[in-house]
Amino acid sequence: MSEVTLKIDDKEVKAEKDMTVLDAIKSAGIDIPTLCYHPGLSPAGVCRLCSVEAIKQGRSRIVVSCSYPVEEGLVVNTKSPKVIEIRKMLLELMLARSPNVKVIQDLAKEYGIEKPRFRLEEEKCILCGLCQRVCEKIGQNVINFVGRGVGREVKTPYQMSADANLDICMACGGCVSICPTGAMEDTFKESTMKKPIPIPSEFEMGLTSRKPIYVPFPQALPNIPTIDRSKCAHFVTDQCRICEEVCEPKAINFDQKEETVELEVGSIIIATGFKTFDPHMSPRYGYGIYPNVYTSLEVERLLNASGPTSGEVVLRNSGKPSSVGIIHCIGSRDENTNVYCSKVCCMYSLKLAHIIKERTGAEVYNFYTDIRTPGKGFEEFYNKILEEGVHFIRGKVGEVTDHAIDSTEEGKLVIRVEDTLMGVVRRIPVDMVVLAVGLEPQADAVELGKLLNIQCSSEGFFMERHPKMAPVETFTDGIFLAGACQGPKDIPDTIAQANAAAAQALALIDKGHVELEPNTAYVDEDLCSGCKVCIPLCPYSAISFDESKQKVEIQGVLCKGCGACVSACPSGALGQNLFELPQIMGEIKGITRVLPEVKT
Amino acid sequence: MTANPKTEQPKTKPKIALYWCASCGGCEEAVVDLGEDLLTILDLVDIVFWPVAMDFKRSDVEKMPDGSITVSLINGAVRTSEQKEMVELLRRKSQAIVAFGACACMGGIPALANLYDKNQLLKTAYLESPSTSNTEKVLPDVKGNKHPPVPHLHEVVRALDQVIDTDYYIPGCPPPPSMVKQAVLTLLKSPPEKGSVLAPDIALCEECPRIETKPDDLVLERFDRVHLKQVDPEKCFLVQGIPCMGIGTRKGCEALCIKGNMPCTGCFGPTNNVFDHGAKLLSAFASMLSQQDEEAVDRALSTIPDPTGSFYRYGLSKSLLRKRVRGGAT
Amino acid sequence: MTNAKDFEPKIVAFFCSWCTYIAADTAGVGRKKYPPNIRVVKLMCSGQLDPQYVIAALANGADGVLIGGCHPGTCHYSKGNYKALRMYKLLKRVLGDFGIEEGRIRLEWISASETNKLVKVVTDFVGQLKELGPMNWPGKLSFFDSELKEATA
Repeated sequence: MSEVTLKIDDKEVKAEKDMTVLDAIKSAGIDIPTLCYHPGLSPAGVCRLCSVEAIKQGRSRIVVSCSYPVEEGLVVNTKSPKVIEIRKMLLELMLARSPNVKVIQDLAKEYGIEKPRFRLEEEKCILCGLCQRVCEKIGQNVINFVGRGVGREVKTPYQMSADANLDICMACGGCVSICPTGAMEDTFKESTMKKPIPIPSEFEMGLTSRKPIYVPFPQALPNIPTIDRSKCAHFVTDQCRICEEVCEPKAINFDQKEETVELEVGSIIIATGFKTFDPHMSPRYGYGIYPNVYTSLEVERLLNASGPTSGEVVLRNSGKPSSVGIIHCIGSRDENTNVYCSKVCCMYSLKLAHIIKERTGAEVYNFYTDIRTPGKGFEEFYNKILEEGVHFIRGKVGEVTDHAIDSTEEGKLVIRVEDTLMGVVRRIPVDMVVLAVGLEPQADAVELGKLLNIQCSSEGFFMERHPKMAPVETFTDGIFLAGACQGPKDIPDTIAQANAAAAQALALIDKGHVELEPNTAYVDEDLCSGCKVCIPLCPYSAISFDESKQKVEIQGVLCKGCGACVSACPSGALGQNLFELPQIMGEIKGITRVLPEVKT
Repeated sequence: MTANPKTEQPKTKPKIALYWCASCGGCEEAVVDLGEDLLTILDLVDIVFWPVAMDFKRSDVEKMPDGSITVSLINGAVRTSEQKEMVELLRRKSQAIVAFGACACMGGIPALANLYDKNQLLKTAYLESPSTSNTEKVLPDVKGNKHPPVPHLHEVVRALDQVIDTDYYIPGCPPPPSMVKQAVLTLLKSPPEKGSVLAPDIALCEECPRIETKPDDLVLERFDRVHLKQVDPEKCFLVQGIPCMGIGTRKGCEALCIKGNMPCTGCFGPTNNVFDHGAKLLSAFASMLSQQDEEAVDRALSTIPDPTGSFYRYGLSKSLLRKRVRGGAT
Repeated sequence: MTNAKDFEPKIVAFFCSWCTYIAADTAGVGRKKYPPNIRVVKLMCSGQLDPQYVIAALANGADGVLIGGCHPGTCHYSKGNYKALRMYKLLKRVLGDFGIEEGRIRLEWISASETNKLVKVVTDFVGQLKELGPMNWPGKLSFFDSELKEATA
């Protein structure tokens, strides 16, 4: 590609021939204000804020950098006094038109504009045209500019509802999200009955939304974006390719399809994890009914600095809580839901209590059945939380309700609980309820188990070969378990188990050979008549028919010793090592040694 | 045994006896069916007792010295007091006893009576059977009240070796003549180990002319009864869904029934490694079906109308359970 | 004749190694109490069960036979338990012809984690057999075989 060299703010900058000056300015790392610019859309040159001084052959001109192509030897000045003057004027005019629009206010402040000299209007829309351009790019063309001069505005064709006749609005929400001022929200409502439904971010527990192209979470492996085909506009209209166009290394490929890959492996480690108990199953705790009842995972995201609220504990209907109730054993230790203890919730509930109190200074109440803190430093941590003034109430919470019986409970969520240490039933009003949800096996655990021929225990977690002596192996050789899919556990235990599973798998590989169980079936050739009754019974195809001998043969390596063929053989020609007829008959005779044996 | 004309007196020929207990006479027929081969045998042996064909009496046997009969071929199951006495008598008088035919070997068809109570049997045979006219309701007079006493019926039909010590077994219903000849000659020249069954220890499929038509992966949805189907004379019966016991029955009969376009019914009995013939056959037949769902299994199994009769047709006496012991079969 | 109160049924149990046997083992580890009337013959799979074993158990004096296998769909060897089911159904009919009560043979699907089910099944089965009474097959056959010792009338 041919390159040109230009000078921007006394810096030499190399640029591709088809770039704009703004592209070159951005590539040089220089920051200039823009309002109607978007890297994925064709430039409009509407706001003029990106104006720069361009000197060519000694003559200086003010050009709009987003639309001006680069030239060899061009000299650009992005901050000359002339340019600053122009920007100030532009911003003053814009501020007069839209004094309440935040983005204009911020830019004006930056350039020292306090109060415009002109008559103030109340326009939200700054006529940047981003909405129209993105709708065109996506392929729908629902809205565009209508009118001229002062009458110019963004509307649907003939101001008709976008739902009538052609029904072209996809409610993709592109226009609303790209609008820098928020004006599009009103226009959207006027144009269509549809409502753009934000895509809930799975990682953020639905507390915020994500785009159709997104990186699942900061630690995702590989740490690259993925396109959600079910939500991406391109797959509906076959048009929008913004992401592909802005991607410098050209990494986006819309033609990629799901592939089924077959791998032949010698061992499998199952680390399919867990899911949390769905508190909708216990409606008495108010989840999904009252907005300020959260699950522990949702609160984890609230507290996380890279989360939807940047680490601020903010309630759904805004505001900070002054009192928080953390309810233990949701979906655990409960005959109605799961009988077992989920092991990790007490510790994480203490952690949440600590962080919430630290961030908000709220009164924090933990409602517990028992405090289970068996690990290293865990008990000490519990004591620390006690000292921080977190209230601990021993009792299984009966109900969370918004029904207030006096003024102290107005507008609050009331937790009703029997305080077993005090021997009274209490009502504790709080602003926020956090449910410490328990751990459950994944929904498809049973299916996966059938696929891999491994069993599940009564709670549905995968079954280990022996609860004490073999916690990592399954009953199927070569398949190992790691992590919460085998049972609730925390991170250090998971890592220990994962290390063990990896070691077991490596040991198999390292050994170079596999030891087979010797209880295989065999054929006594002298007795086999070639009746073939046994052949279809073998799930491992270990029995085959030897045409030349007209007898069956069993491949010991394939035989897993199930004995189905042996019991079916009508002439007793098949036997099984370790389960020979005299051995089993001996057991039966030994058991029934009551009266003289029946001769067999 | 050849006589040395110069110094020795002519040696006597081995003596054989043939007797029948609870049987149909087919085994006697099988001997007669030797035809010319019977003459060959008669050159080698003296028949000293054969009630069906010769006029020897019990008292003749009683007079013989113990062990003077080389081989006694006894057919039929033992189910009356007289039969018990006779076989015990022959045991005393013989060096070797051969259980001849399916009834003597395993109980045979008469052994199916073990599924019923003795009183039920007598009632049915003497009183209730539609073709019986017995207005005086006469039952066998075992006590001899009005007539000389008749032998009384045992509760249990027994195979020969369940009454006396038996040396060899010739299976079949009846044993094919060729096999009879072979067996008798073998017994005379080089008797095998005591307790041997004089038929190969391998199932019928090995010599069945239809085995080539049996695929490696035969799985059935149902069974069909042979008389309700148009039977293909070339194809394996099981492939046609018709139960054939040949898979678990000794060969040696040259698949005569098969060649007659009828499936094997199991008269040669089980191979050595099997100790309950009916149970093993049951296992094989249950394995052949494909059904996994309980309802479907029940439906498929209902296509075998009489499993006990089919799998234990000839061998009920030698089954492990031997006799029905609660109430009577309905 | 054994006093009904004293009669303790003897049950021969055939359990598959991957499900029912583990349940029995786990029941032991968990100190679960249940009647000690079962004696277990461990098989690899319920499909390994030869009907000859069931009949031998009964003929040798067992009062009942319990067969335990994996639930349909979860057989460790994929389809052995279906074969066991078919064999069991057919065998029950044959045993019925011999006069053996239906309640004396039981097939139950008990998975490795269903220790409570095992306890319940064994307890129920023992109770059922106590009501049916001892089977004592060898004794019954002995009784019939005594006719051979009688002098002929």
